[in-house]
Amino acid sequence: MMWSEAAPSRSLMTPMAVEQTDAQLVARCRAGETAAWNELVERFSRYVYAICVRGFRLERQDAEDVFQDVFSRAYERLADLRSDEALRPWLAQLTRRLCVDRLRSLARNAPTAAEPDESVADETLAALDEALAVRAALEALDEPCREILDRFFCRDESYATIGEALALPAGTVASRISRCLAKLKVELEGRHGPSEPSGRVR
Amino acid sequence: MSDYDEERIAKLLRMLPPAPEAWVQAAQELPAARAALDGLVARAEADAAFRERVLADLEAAISAAGITPTRAAVSRLRQLLDGG
Repeated sequence: MMWSEAAPSRSLMTPMAVEQTDAQLVARCRAGETAAWNELVERFSRYVYAICVRGFRLERQDAEDVFQDVFSRAYERLADLRSDEALRPWLAQLTRRLCVDRLRSLARNAPTAAEPDESVADETLAALDEALAVRAALEALDEPCREILDRFFCRDESYATIGEALALPAGTVASRISRCLAKLKVELEGRHGPSEPSGRVR
Repeated sequence: MSDYDEERIAKLLRMLPPAPEAWVQAAQELPAARAALDGLVARAEADAAFRERVLADLEAAISAAGITPTRAAVSRLRQLLDGG
Protein backbone atom coordinates (compact mmCIF):
# COMPACT_ATOMS: atom_id res chain seq x y z
CA MET A 1 0.00 0.00 0.00
CA MET A 2 1.12 3.60 -0.57
CA TRP A 3 0.50 6.12 2.16
CA SER A 4 0.29 9.88 2.17
CA GLU A 5 0.08 12.78 4.67
CA ALA A 6 1.72 13.06 8.06
CA ALA A 7 0.08 11.62 11.18
CA PRO A 8 -2.08 14.23 12.94
CA SER A 9 -1.60 14.91 16.63
CA ARG A 10 -4.00 13.17 19.00
CA SER A 11 -6.42 14.91 21.30
CA LEU A 12 -8.13 13.48 24.35
CA MET A 13 -11.17 12.65 22.27
CA THR A 14 -10.88 12.47 18.54
CA PRO A 15 -13.82 14.35 17.04
CA MET A 16 -15.93 12.21 14.76
CA ALA A 17 -17.49 14.81 12.51
CA VAL A 18 -18.69 12.14 10.11
CA GLU A 19 -19.00 8.65 11.52
CA GLN A 20 -17.76 6.21 8.93
CA THR A 21 -18.53 2.53 8.79
CA ASP A 22 -15.68 0.08 9.23
CA ALA A 23 -16.02 -0.81 5.56
CA GLN A 24 -15.59 2.81 4.50
CA LEU A 25 -12.56 3.10 6.75
CA VAL A 26 -10.99 -0.04 5.31
CA ALA A 27 -11.60 1.23 1.78
CA ARG A 28 -9.83 4.50 2.60
CA CYS A 29 -6.92 2.59 4.12
CA ARG A 30 -6.64 0.50 0.98
CA ALA A 31 -6.58 3.70 -1.05
CA GLY A 32 -3.49 4.70 0.89
CA GLU A 33 -4.86 7.40 3.20
CA THR A 34 -2.63 7.72 6.22
CA ALA A 35 -5.38 9.59 8.05
CA ALA A 36 -7.63 6.56 7.59
CA TRP A 37 -5.02 4.25 9.07
CA ASN A 38 -4.66 6.60 12.03
CA GLU A 39 -8.41 6.53 12.48
CA LEU A 40 -8.54 2.75 12.26
CA VAL A 41 -5.91 2.46 14.98
CA GLU A 42 -7.73 5.06 17.08
CA ARG A 43 -11.07 3.29 16.65
CA PHE A 44 -9.82 -0.15 17.63
CA SER A 45 -6.92 0.58 19.98
CA ARG A 46 -9.08 0.35 23.11
CA TYR A 47 -10.68 -2.85 21.89
CA VAL A 48 -7.40 -4.59 21.10
CA TYR A 49 -5.89 -3.34 24.36
CA ALA A 50 -8.87 -4.59 26.37
CA ILE A 51 -8.72 -8.04 24.78
CA CYS A 52 -5.06 -8.26 25.78
CA VAL A 53 -5.36 -7.02 29.35
CA ARG A 54 -8.96 -7.93 30.29
CA GLY A 55 -9.63 -10.95 28.13
CA PHE A 56 -6.27 -12.65 28.51
CA ARG A 57 -4.78 -10.72 31.43
CA LEU A 58 -1.44 -10.23 29.75
CA GLU A 59 1.26 -8.38 31.64
CA ARG A 60 2.05 -4.93 30.32
CA GLN A 61 5.14 -5.89 28.32
CA ASP A 62 3.41 -8.86 26.70
CA ALA A 63 0.31 -6.80 26.03
CA GLU A 64 2.39 -4.14 24.31
CA ASP A 65 4.09 -6.70 22.08
CA VAL A 66 0.77 -8.28 21.11
CA PHE A 67 -0.84 -4.87 20.58
CA GLN A 68 1.89 -3.81 18.14
CA ASP A 69 1.87 -7.20 16.46
CA VAL A 70 -1.89 -7.02 15.90
CA PHE A 71 -1.71 -3.67 14.15
CA SER A 72 1.41 -4.65 12.26
CA ARG A 73 -0.30 -7.76 10.86
CA ALA A 74 -3.50 -5.85 10.24
CA TYR A 75 -1.53 -3.32 8.23
CA GLU A 76 0.14 -6.05 6.19
CA ARG A 77 -2.99 -8.06 5.59
CA LEU A 78 -5.72 -5.46 5.24
CA ALA A 79 -5.76 -6.09 1.51
CA ASP A 80 -6.61 -9.76 2.19
CA LEU A 81 -9.66 -9.00 4.33
CA ARG A 82 -12.53 -10.83 2.62
CA SER A 83 -15.30 -8.54 3.82
CA ASP A 84 -14.58 -4.95 4.79
CA GLU A 85 -17.50 -5.08 7.22
CA ALA A 86 -15.76 -7.91 9.07
CA LEU A 87 -12.93 -5.74 10.34
CA ARG A 88 -13.92 -5.92 14.02
CA PRO A 89 -14.30 -9.72 14.25
CA TRP A 90 -11.14 -10.13 12.16
CA LEU A 91 -9.17 -7.93 14.57
CA ALA A 92 -10.71 -9.70 17.55
CA GLN A 93 -9.72 -13.10 16.16
CA LEU A 94 -6.22 -11.93 15.32
CA THR A 95 -5.74 -10.43 18.79
CA ARG A 96 -7.11 -13.53 20.44
CA ARG A 97 -4.80 -15.83 18.48
CA LEU A 98 -1.74 -13.72 19.25
CA CYS A 99 -2.67 -13.55 22.96
CA VAL A 100 -3.04 -17.34 23.11
CA ASP A 101 0.28 -17.79 21.28
CA ARG A 102 1.95 -15.45 23.75
CA LEU A 103 0.51 -17.24 26.78
CA ARG A 104 1.51 -20.63 25.41
CA SER A 105 5.00 -19.36 24.78
CA LEU A 106 5.16 -18.05 28.36
CA ALA A 107 3.85 -21.37 29.67
CA ARG A 108 6.56 -23.27 27.79
CA ASN A 109 9.20 -21.13 29.46
CA ALA A 110 7.59 -21.39 32.90
CA PRO A 111 6.14 -24.89 33.31
CA THR A 112 4.16 -23.89 36.42
CA ALA A 113 2.16 -21.32 34.43
CA ALA A 114 -1.39 -22.32 33.51
CA GLU A 115 -2.56 -22.78 29.93
CA PRO A 116 -4.79 -19.91 28.75
CA ASP A 117 -8.46 -20.36 29.69
CA GLU A 118 -10.19 -19.47 26.47
CA SER A 119 -13.69 -19.91 27.88
CA VAL A 120 -13.15 -17.01 30.28
CA ALA A 121 -11.77 -14.98 27.40
CA ASP A 122 -14.87 -15.84 25.32
CA GLU A 123 -17.15 -14.26 27.92
CA THR A 124 -14.99 -11.16 28.18
CA LEU A 125 -14.78 -10.81 24.42
CA ALA A 126 -18.57 -10.95 24.12
CA ALA A 127 -18.86 -8.16 26.68
CA LEU A 128 -16.15 -6.18 24.89
CA ASP A 129 -18.18 -6.35 21.70
CA GLU A 130 -21.03 -4.73 23.59
CA ALA A 131 -18.65 -2.20 25.08
CA LEU A 132 -17.50 -1.30 21.59
CA ALA A 133 -21.11 -0.69 20.57
CA VAL A 134 -21.50 1.65 23.56
CA ARG A 135 -18.27 3.33 22.55
CA ALA A 136 -19.63 3.90 19.04
CA ALA A 137 -22.77 5.46 20.50
CA LEU A 138 -20.62 7.66 22.73
CA GLU A 139 -18.80 8.96 19.66
CA ALA A 140 -22.13 10.17 18.32
CA LEU A 141 -22.75 12.46 21.32
CA ASP A 142 -21.75 16.10 21.44
CA GLU A 143 -18.12 16.76 22.35
CA PRO A 144 -18.69 17.98 25.95
CA CYS A 145 -20.63 14.80 26.76
CA ARG A 146 -18.08 12.56 25.04
CA GLU A 147 -15.27 14.15 26.96
CA ILE A 148 -16.82 14.11 30.40
CA LEU A 149 -18.05 10.51 30.12
CA ASP A 150 -14.71 9.38 28.77
CA ARG A 151 -12.82 11.12 31.56
CA PHE A 152 -15.05 9.76 34.30
CA PHE A 153 -15.77 6.20 33.20
CA CYS A 154 -12.95 5.25 30.84
CA ARG A 155 -10.06 7.23 32.31
CA ASP A 156 -11.29 6.89 35.87
CA GLU A 157 -10.72 10.56 36.66
CA SER A 158 -12.24 12.01 39.84
CA TYR A 159 -14.82 14.81 39.94
CA ALA A 160 -12.05 17.09 41.21
CA THR A 161 -9.68 16.25 38.34
CA ILE A 162 -12.41 16.66 35.76
CA GLY A 163 -13.60 19.88 37.37
CA GLU A 164 -10.10 21.29 37.26
CA ALA A 165 -9.55 20.25 33.64
CA LEU A 166 -12.89 21.59 32.43
CA ALA A 167 -13.14 24.53 34.84
CA LEU A 168 -16.37 23.24 36.38
CA PRO A 169 -17.48 22.94 40.03
CA ALA A 170 -17.65 19.34 41.29
CA GLY A 171 -21.45 19.51 41.59
CA THR A 172 -21.74 20.55 37.97
CA VAL A 173 -19.44 17.70 36.94
CA ALA A 174 -21.72 15.20 38.69
CA SER A 175 -24.90 16.58 37.17
CA ARG A 176 -23.34 16.79 33.72
CA ILE A 177 -22.18 13.16 33.92
CA SER A 178 -25.69 12.13 34.89
CA ARG A 179 -27.25 14.14 32.07
CA CYS A 180 -24.77 12.84 29.50
CA LEU A 181 -25.26 9.26 30.62
CA ALA A 182 -28.99 9.70 30.05
CA LYS A 183 -28.25 11.05 26.56
CA LEU A 184 -26.04 8.06 25.86
CA LYS A 185 -28.84 5.74 26.95
CA VAL A 186 -31.21 7.42 24.50
CA GLU A 187 -28.60 7.18 21.74
CA LEU A 188 -28.09 3.48 22.40
CA GLU A 189 -31.80 2.77 22.46
CA GLY A 190 -32.14 4.62 19.19
CA ARG A 191 -29.51 2.37 17.66
CA HIS A 192 -30.42 -0.97 19.15
CA GLY A 193 -33.77 -0.72 20.94
CA PRO A 194 -34.53 -1.30 24.66
CA SER A 195 -35.35 -4.47 26.67
CA GLU A 196 -33.97 -8.04 26.50
CA PRO A 197 -31.48 -8.29 29.33
CA SER A 198 -28.31 -10.06 28.26
CA GLY A 199 -26.52 -10.08 31.60
CA ARG A 200 -23.14 -10.52 29.93
CA VAL A 201 -21.32 -7.81 31.82
CA ARG A 202 -19.61 -9.04 34.95
CA MET B 1 -26.96 -5.15 22.79
CA SER B 2 -29.97 -4.34 24.94
CA ASP B 3 -31.35 -3.42 28.35
CA TYR B 4 -29.61 -0.11 28.71
CA ASP B 5 -29.84 0.77 32.35
CA GLU B 6 -27.29 3.40 33.21
CA GLU B 7 -25.35 1.15 35.56
CA ARG B 8 -24.77 -1.31 32.76
CA ILE B 9 -23.78 1.42 30.32
CA ALA B 10 -21.27 2.67 32.89
CA LYS B 11 -19.81 -0.83 33.28
CA LEU B 12 -19.45 -1.17 29.53
CA LEU B 13 -17.77 2.22 29.23
CA ARG B 14 -15.30 1.21 31.93
CA MET B 15 -14.37 -1.89 29.95
CA LEU B 16 -12.61 0.17 27.29
CA PRO B 17 -10.02 2.41 28.90
CA PRO B 18 -7.61 4.07 26.49
CA ALA B 19 -4.56 2.13 25.42
CA PRO B 20 -1.29 3.80 26.42
CA GLU B 21 -0.80 6.75 24.11
CA ALA B 22 2.71 5.68 23.09
CA TRP B 23 1.38 2.32 21.92
CA VAL B 24 -1.30 3.97 19.82
CA GLN B 25 1.19 6.41 18.36
CA ALA B 26 3.60 3.62 17.46
CA ALA B 27 0.80 1.71 15.74
CA GLN B 28 -0.19 4.83 13.82
CA GLU B 29 3.42 5.34 12.75
CA LEU B 30 3.56 1.86 11.24
CA PRO B 31 3.37 2.94 7.58
CA ALA B 32 6.14 5.50 8.05
CA ALA B 33 8.13 3.08 10.20
CA ARG B 34 7.95 0.36 7.57
CA ALA B 35 9.23 2.73 4.92
CA ALA B 36 12.03 3.97 7.19
CA LEU B 37 13.11 0.45 8.15
CA ASP B 38 13.11 -0.65 4.53
CA GLY B 39 15.32 2.35 3.76
CA LEU B 40 17.73 1.40 6.53
CA VAL B 41 17.93 -2.17 5.31
CA ALA B 42 18.51 -1.14 1.69
CA ARG B 43 21.34 1.14 2.79
CA ALA B 44 22.80 -1.54 5.05
CA GLU B 45 22.82 -4.00 2.17
CA ALA B 46 24.78 -1.56 0.06
CA ASP B 47 27.18 -0.33 2.76
CA ALA B 48 28.86 -2.86 5.05
CA ALA B 49 30.22 -0.23 7.43
CA PHE B 50 26.75 1.28 7.83
CA ARG B 51 25.35 -2.19 8.45
CA GLU B 52 27.87 -2.70 11.26
CA ARG B 53 26.89 0.61 12.86
CA VAL B 54 23.20 -0.24 12.63
CA LEU B 55 23.73 -3.70 14.11
CA ALA B 56 25.79 -2.19 16.94
CA ASP B 57 22.89 -0.02 18.06
CA LEU B 58 19.56 -0.81 16.46
CA GLU B 59 17.60 1.62 18.64
CA ALA B 60 19.88 4.52 17.76
CA ALA B 61 19.63 3.70 14.06
CA ILE B 62 15.84 3.65 14.26
CA SER B 63 15.72 6.92 16.18
CA ALA B 64 18.08 8.50 13.66
CA ALA B 65 15.62 7.49 10.94
CA GLY B 66 12.95 9.51 12.75
CA ILE B 67 11.00 6.57 14.12
CA THR B 68 10.09 5.69 17.71
CA PRO B 69 12.36 2.74 18.59
CA THR B 70 9.64 0.46 19.94
CA ARG B 71 10.38 -3.17 20.75
CA ALA B 72 8.41 -4.13 17.66
CA ALA B 73 10.46 -1.81 15.44
CA VAL B 74 13.75 -3.07 16.88
CA SER B 75 12.65 -6.66 16.48
CA ARG B 76 11.54 -6.10 12.89
CA LEU B 77 14.77 -4.35 11.94
CA ARG B 78 16.83 -7.17 13.43
CA GLN B 79 14.71 -9.67 11.51
CA LEU B 80 15.11 -7.77 8.25
CA LEU B 81 18.88 -7.46 8.68
CA ASP B 82 19.06 -11.17 9.40
CA GLY B 83 17.32 -11.72 6.08
CA GLY B 84 13.99 -12.72 7.66
